[in-house]
Amino acid sequence: MSKEKFDYFINGEKGKYEVVIGLEVHAQVLSSSKLFSGSSTKFGADPNKQVSLIDSAFPGMLPVINEECVKQAVRTGLGLNAKINNYSVFDRKNYFYADLPQGYQISQYKNPIVGEGKVLLDMPYGSKEIGIERLHLEQDAGKSIHDMDPSSTYVDLNRSGIALMEIVSKPHLRSPDEVNAYIKKLRTIMRYLGTCDGNMQEGSLRADVNVSVRKVGDKNFGTRCEIKNVNSIKFMQMAIEYEANRQVELLEDGKEIDQETRLFDTKKNETRSMRSKEDAHDYRYFPDPDLLPLKLEQKLIDDLKKSLPELPDNKKERFIQEYGLNSYEANVLVSEKEISDYYEEVAKLSDKKLAATWMMGDLFAMLNDKGLNISNSPISAKNFAELVQSIKSGEISGRIAKEVFEIMVESGDNPKKIIESKGMKQQSDPKELEKIINEILSKNKDKVDQYKAGKEKLFGFFVGQVMKLSGGKANPQLTNEILKKLLKG
Amino acid sequence: MSNITNQSLSEILESIKSKKISSLELTQAYIKNIENAKKLNAFVTTTFDQALENAKKFDNKPNNEQLLSGVPLAVKDLFCTENVKTTAGSNILNNFVPSYESTVTKNLWNNGAFLLGKLNCDEFAMGSSNETSFFGNVINPVGDHLVPGGSSGGSSSALAADLTPATIGTDTGGSIRQPASFTGTVGLKPTYGLCSRWGIVAFASSLDQAGPMTKTVNDCSIMLEAMSGFDEKDSTSINKKKETYSKNLKDNIKGLKIGIPKEYRVDNMPKEIDELWEKGKKILKDLGAQLIDISLPHTKYALPTYYIVAPAEASSNLARYDGVRYGYRSQKGKDLIEMYENTRSEGFGDEVKRRILIGTYVLSSGYYDAYYLKAQKVRQLIKKDFDDSFTKVDAILTPSTPSSAFKIGEKTNDPVSMYLNDIFTVPVNLAGLPALSLPAGLDKQGYPLGLQLIGKALDEQKILNIGYAFEKNCGYKNEIKKWWS
Repeated sequence: MSKEKFDYFINGEKGKYEVVIGLEVHAQVLSSSKLFSGSSTKFGADPNKQVSLIDSAFPGMLPVINEECVKQAVRTGLGLNAKINNYSVFDRKNYFYADLPQGYQISQYKNPIVGEGKVLLDMPYGSKEIGIERLHLEQDAGKSIHDMDPSSTYVDLNRSGIALMEIVSKPHLRSPDEVNAYIKKLRTIMRYLGTCDGNMQEGSLRADVNVSVRKVGDKNFGTRCEIKNVNSIKFMQMAIEYEANRQVELLEDGKEIDQETRLFDTKKNETRSMRSKEDAHDYRYFPDPDLLPLKLEQKLIDDLKKSLPELPDNKKERFIQEYGLNSYEANVLVSEKEISDYYEEVAKLSDKKLAATWMMGDLFAMLNDKGLNISNSPISAKNFAELVQSIKSGEISGRIAKEVFEIMVESGDNPKKIIESKGMKQQSDPKELEKIINEILSKNKDKVDQYKAGKEKLFGFFVGQVMKLSGGKANPQLTNEILKKLLKG
Repeated sequence: MSNITNQSLSEILESIKSKKISSLELTQAYIKNIENAKKLNAFVTTTFDQALENAKKFDNKPNNEQLLSGVPLAVKDLFCTENVKTTAGSNILNNFVPSYESTVTKNLWNNGAFLLGKLNCDEFAMGSSNETSFFGNVINPVGDHLVPGGSSGGSSSALAADLTPATIGTDTGGSIRQPASFTGTVGLKPTYGLCSRWGIVAFASSLDQAGPMTKTVNDCSIMLEAMSGFDEKDSTSINKKKETYSKNLKDNIKGLKIGIPKEYRVDNMPKEIDELWEKGKKILKDLGAQLIDISLPHTKYALPTYYIVAPAEASSNLARYDGVRYGYRSQKGKDLIEMYENTRSEGFGDEVKRRILIGTYVLSSGYYDAYYLKAQKVRQLIKKDFDDSFTKVDAILTPSTPSSAFKIGEKTNDPVSMYLNDIFTVPVNLAGLPALSLPAGLDKQGYPLGLQLIGKALDEQKILNIGYAFEKNCGYKNEIKKWWS
């Protein structure tokens, strides 16, 4: 673990600039129904098949808060070490758009359900704390589809009314790498909590990215631009990179940066102006009179707190303490709850350190190769633990283990069975090994003489011959010992 | 039997129960009245076939255990009715047929009533004279040149003209009580949250409340009992045990303290209104009630407060009428924005547009604090005035309106003078309280005048009881000549 130094700066003629980034992450709440209606939230349904009269804003329809969504927001807030507000208010954010049936989005403006919190990032240059400004609940809008007909726009309201958590960070991020780490950490925390599936392809996690630049050492923030609705980490990083450089160029040319909303064009890899500050919407926020203020009993919050699962930061500490892992290993193994669960199952039944090494090596490489994740791994945790134990006990060598591993992947079989049926067990009987070694030494008398005359490099040759003759099953350590003994004699 | 339609709801219910009349005969009698009263323009839609069908069904298998057994009812066209066009008096909903039934009307049908038709009203319930309706103005049966009040003007007109045995309206700033007062009928605005708002076309969500309009106080208690109740589909609905208002109706009001607020004696108020108020006080005093002078100091701010809060909410509530999913859509316009502009320009009338503009303005950045936020603060003060008074009194007596029914067209060019007609009714909505308007007398032209009883939140029973006692001793008689048929 080499401690690198933070080095994301943009060098201009007139100075060195740092990039200041704040994110507004929109995370879809994991819940079976929408924020204010009973419609399903399942992804991938046919257009307008998951739309109630409320979601499509028919006359006289009224919103009723979905308790599960509120609990999910509280859980998330607790997972972000944030203050949970016992009193919060739903407001209307008014604007017209074809896929916004009510003509307003129900959101939380002045009184969000969750206040300040923090997230810890593990960066190569040490750990860094990112402040959370707030988390609030709001409705998602529908989707306008402009390319199905040359003269009409189609509207799909399946998404309309789905609960989102908007998680607003403080402007504490300083590089695309930190943004990457931050999003991943948020995602990990929410997946541990079961409050958001974090699926970026399905739009469950999107972000508005606020970017500004300033000369290193400046106390004041520069003018920021907001890049709207970016839906992958890669695009966020590209957008930041482009936008920061654009702003530095402007400053270098002595120009001013306009505070504006911009869009990231993924095809051209550039951001472009969507609307200036003057054209900014006046959303005319006001408390939604159809909904009473949300009052949370402290007991509900306390109960939710008690029922929270162990979160990645704590789990990482425990893995270091309990399993003797280093920080890097612990980090990787807690990055997904399913991975940590798998690891713990394996570690219970086998050598903890060796299990970590093999998981992070061969197992992850295989999963990655096959495009699988740990929950649909062809090797069960129990079988994997047996494999690790076979290595640890000396029953098979590491090299044989790789072969066994391959067969396990193909067949899903138990490693013991594979080792037995294929006769892959390591040759660890000293007598048998002596027999083999003696045979090799007698066949290669010339080389034995050369060795004894001082050509010690030949030791490797003898080992190789033993392995060859034993079909790779000779216990390497024992082979070494016996060879040394016999060569001396 | 020919006179059945000028009886009260409770008398009609009795006749049905005792089989003096069948539900079908009753329904046919109302249909005949309605057909003869087209001049009043009280109905937007009639559902005669459906009503006759339901009447026959009832007669075949009468269930007299219900509150409204076998009774046809016309309702304000602001209540969504399943498979029956619901317009809210607006062009923008001219073709709108809901697939659902409002909770309040469903409650009525579950109590044995059935739909006779949909009653005209001011567009989106915005108006005090029923002159803003896309379907034309409604005429007050009291006189062919008079407005029936608004916004529930179709309701008040139909009720007073014997076109329905009772009806329901909605009251955001007086829309039940003022038309009741103008037509010599009884109108109750219940406590905010007593009747579900689900399925009622929204005007101003924090003020809207459905309520009964009837010929007598007893009828009012029956209707309220039938239509009210907790509804989990309305987050502002009050979760409490259902009350049996009609069974508990008592006319003994001895010892009750009645507050008389000095702020309700406004400048330029006709002498007749003052006299009516005096008459009301005397009746209650003679019945053993104690009159207590009280002060509601923030009353004078109620109207301006209302005309900030209500349009603000309306501007947002009416944003959904954009021509995208249902209702009227203009065929003009080359893009989405133009489609919106044309749809809303052609779909909404002037008064609705005026209020959307006011509402949008008061919520705008830079004006929010000065208008909307301040209005919310004043609203709290107005509510506090009432709370303070109700520590001393059981109910408050005021006039319902500062005048009797005015002439059609008299105030259409002067919105402020129109708004001023709600001066006595609006504070009650801001405070979320129940209030009952009772017919109490006639002015010198012979037009009805009403008095208003305001109660504590959820104290409907008490104001109904006071109203019941008052009604028995007031000697008011509705003598509307059926000039239109």
